[in-house]
Amino acid sequence: MLLAVDFPPEVTASWYLVLGAVLFTIGAVGLMVRRNPLVMFMCVELMLNAVNLTFVSFARALGDLGGQVVVFFVMVVAAAEVVVGLAIVVAVLRRRPGLTADDIAMLKG
Amino acid sequence: MLDLVWLIPALPLVGFLLLVAFGRRLGDPLAGYLATGMVGASFVAGLIVFAGLVDRPTEERYFIQTLFEWIAVGNFRVDVGFLVDPLSMTMVLFITGIATLIHLYAVGYMKGDEKFSKFFVYLNLFVFSMLMLVLGDNLLLTFLGWEGVGACSYFLISFWFTEDANASAGKKAFVTNRIGDWGFMVATFLTFTAIGSIRYADILSRAPGLAAVTATGIALLLFVGACGKSAQLPLYVWLPDAMAGPTPVSALIHAATMVTAGVYLLVRMSPVLEASYTWAPQIVAWVGGLTALFAATIAVAQNDIKKVLAYSTVSQLGYLFLSIGLGGYVPAIFHTVTHAFFKALLFLAAGSVIHGMHHEQDMRRFGGLWKLLPVTAVTFIIGWLAIAGVPPFAGFWSKDEILAYAWQENKVLWVIGLVTALLTAFYMSRQVFLTFFGRYRFGDPSNEELNEAWDAKVAAEEAKVEAAMADVAAAREALSVAVAKVADAEAAVTKAGDAAAEAKAKADAVSPADLDAARAAVAAAGDDKNAKKAADKALKELEKAAKDAEKALTAVTKAEAGVVTAREAVTQAEAAVNAAEQEVTAAKERVTTVTAQAGRGRPTSAVVPLLAAPDDADVADFLPHEVAHRREYHPHESPWQMTLPLMVLAIGAMVAGALNLPFASSTHFLEKWLEPSLFGGETHLDLGGGALWVLAIVAVVLGLVGIAAAAAVYLRGQGDRSAIEQPILAKGWGVDGAYAAFFGGPGRRFADLAAAFDRIVVDGAVNGVATFVRESSVELRKTQSGFIRNYALGISIGAVALLGLMLSKAAF
Repeated sequence: MLLAVDFPPEVTASWYLVLGAVLFTIGAVGLMVRRNPLVMFMCVELMLNAVNLTFVSFARALGDLGGQVVVFFVMVVAAAEVVVGLAIVVAVLRRRPGLTADDIAMLKG
Repeated sequence: MLDLVWLIPALPLVGFLLLVAFGRRLGDPLAGYLATGMVGASFVAGLIVFAGLVDRPTEERYFIQTLFEWIAVGNFRVDVGFLVDPLSMTMVLFITGIATLIHLYAVGYMKGDEKFSKFFVYLNLFVFSMLMLVLGDNLLLTFLGWEGVGACSYFLISFWFTEDANASAGKKAFVTNRIGDWGFMVATFLTFTAIGSIRYADILSRAPGLAAVTATGIALLLFVGACGKSAQLPLYVWLPDAMAGPTPVSALIHAATMVTAGVYLLVRMSPVLEASYTWAPQIVAWVGGLTALFAATIAVAQNDIKKVLAYSTVSQLGYLFLSIGLGGYVPAIFHTVTHAFFKALLFLAAGSVIHGMHHEQDMRRFGGLWKLLPVTAVTFIIGWLAIAGVPPFAGFWSKDEILAYAWQENKVLWVIGLVTALLTAFYMSRQVFLTFFGRYRFGDPSNEELNEAWDAKVAAEEAKVEAAMADVAAAREALSVAVAKVADAEAAVTKAGDAAAEAKAKADAVSPADLDAARAAVAAAGDDKNAKKAADKALKELEKAAKDAEKALTAVTKAEAGVVTAREAVTQAEAAVNAAEQEVTAAKERVTTVTAQAGRGRPTSAVVPLLAAPDDADVADFLPHEVAHRREYHPHESPWQMTLPLMVLAIGAMVAGALNLPFASSTHFLEKWLEPSLFGGETHLDLGGGALWVLAIVAVVLGLVGIAAAAAVYLRGQGDRSAIEQPILAKGWGVDGAYAAFFGGPGRRFADLAAAFDRIVVDGAVNGVATFVRESSVELRKTQSGFIRNYALGISIGAVALLGLMLSKAAF
């Protein structure tokens, strides 16, 4: 029973997992509802880091280093993505200030 | 020496390539001599290889030279290689030998043609293809040559393609041959399936082990191919039309070489024929025999000098298949060789006649040419004697051997062969008599020209009637004018009479007494001036009245004279009208006479008189100009390039029979020579010398009967030749018309149906797939909104769905 836990409660892996899920959901919903490219970008980062948190939690809980290794990969990818993505976003915003994500729909089929 | 075999086809190929590159620059006649030289060199190479082959012992006369690997797919392997054996060398020698002569002939024949060098390009390519056909060591290489000669035949039949008929003839040959080629191809596939190889070496060694049904299939399909190429029933229709090509082409391709390809193929594959059911060769023999008879009947009624030879070729090819079907491969090849000599000779001589007669081909226009074209005539006569089977010319020996086989194997076919021989002698004699003997008829007006002349004459007479009628109208006009004048004159008389009466009345009123009184009064008046004046006046008036009366009387007399003149004029005018009317009547009578004359004088039957000169004296002035041009034309003998090949071929047609003499087994040269190529499958003659003599005498007598009959009809004019030259024969039994009706009617509808199926079902399926893809992509495109957040939503929904799926899988 969740309510019957001791106080202060013991912080178990599921706490981290719930936190990761919440962060991921915030990121995903943010990505879908916000239109500012920068904010959407941050939402993506949030999702990535939520996944990182989940990986680390599982690595700790299962005693498997593999999860932590993956996290490094994700961080590297995220860094690369930030470099390229931010550059694009800044370049686009410089040309057209106040632009939203819905305005760049030129790849419409 | 056998290694040189690659040179045989290579030399014409080199000639072809050189002519393609430089032919136009070499021009007339160098291009022709180059082509002739190349084929001649090929003949020499053939002789060298032949010598090499003779040099070997009989059982080792078999040599394969592989140049390179051509196609290798799985266990299907085809090399470009040449098979040298007695059969292929026999073919090579007569092909290159006769082709050399025909090339030389063509230099003379095609002189001045604007496509001179192109003609030799095709001829060299043809010789190359033909040599590939006979030398190829597998069915595919033979097929390559087979299609090559077909293509060259097409090019050359429609060589003068600006005339529609020539182009159509080329197409007809090509399309008809496609049916035969289908048979050849399927036979090749079947051979590969059954034997696993299409090399002759493998086929011939494994053929005896074939199942009879497979062997029959292969043999009959090959025969379908042979029927197309060698113009047998029912695919022969292209060959007579192929005469649209230049005559050297008719001689080389459509008489001497290409059309014997079918014979070569069947003899080459004879072990397969032997392995099939016995009825399969029977079919070959019957088709051959019926074709021989059928074509011979048509040849009897042809008037075109080349058409006769064309049907004759079809007929002789029928003999070859008759022989093959009966197992007589040696006589088939023997007759192929002799036929190549005399038929090439006949065609070339016919070409020489056509060349000398200003491209006239109708034999009814020839006659008596032996004086004008002596070399042509003598050589043609030799060819005639050879084909008519008169000993000791070549055709006698080979045809008799075929007839002997027929006698031994199948008496009905023997009778068919004999009747064909009789007909052959007849139509060839007819040709010779029409062309070289009898009256020189080139200046004769044709029926159309005579009719034209009569039309002109009648029209001239009718024009005269018109003119006379115009005269009558003019005379009538003059008459009415004269009549009007009479009326005028009479009116003048009446008027003058009235005036005279008045004047007379006045004059009468003055009596002589009054005059005297007046005179007395004048005298009495004396010196009294006034009285004298009055008296003078009265006297003058009286005198004037008297004078007036006199004048009026004179006027009346004059007017009456005028009436007489006018009446005379009327009489004259009436006479003129009468004369004109008589002229009209006379002219009309003349028209009637001339029309009646025309009715008698017009050619009544389509049969042009041959012996008596046509009755054109009455219309001599009205004949069309062409007749006069022809009358002024003087036929000329051909140049040496044309007469030399004629003479060489004539020698061949005389002595080629020596290749295979029936007197003793030691004189069967050709039979012994060909033996290694036939694998013992051929039927051997088992007749005694006596039987052979009797058969030969029967055949010769029948041939002489044919010649005598033709001489009676065409030289002496006995019998009705229109009874012989039936229109249905002239039309070739209406086969062409029937084909046209069938393929134009039901065949056309079937083709339309197939086209509709292709259009609706096949194309519909292909286009339907394309349309479906296009339409669905138009719809799917809308999902690509370009809004990043939409994509994110899609990804999320997909991720959730996947998650749900995995969870549900894990749960159950």
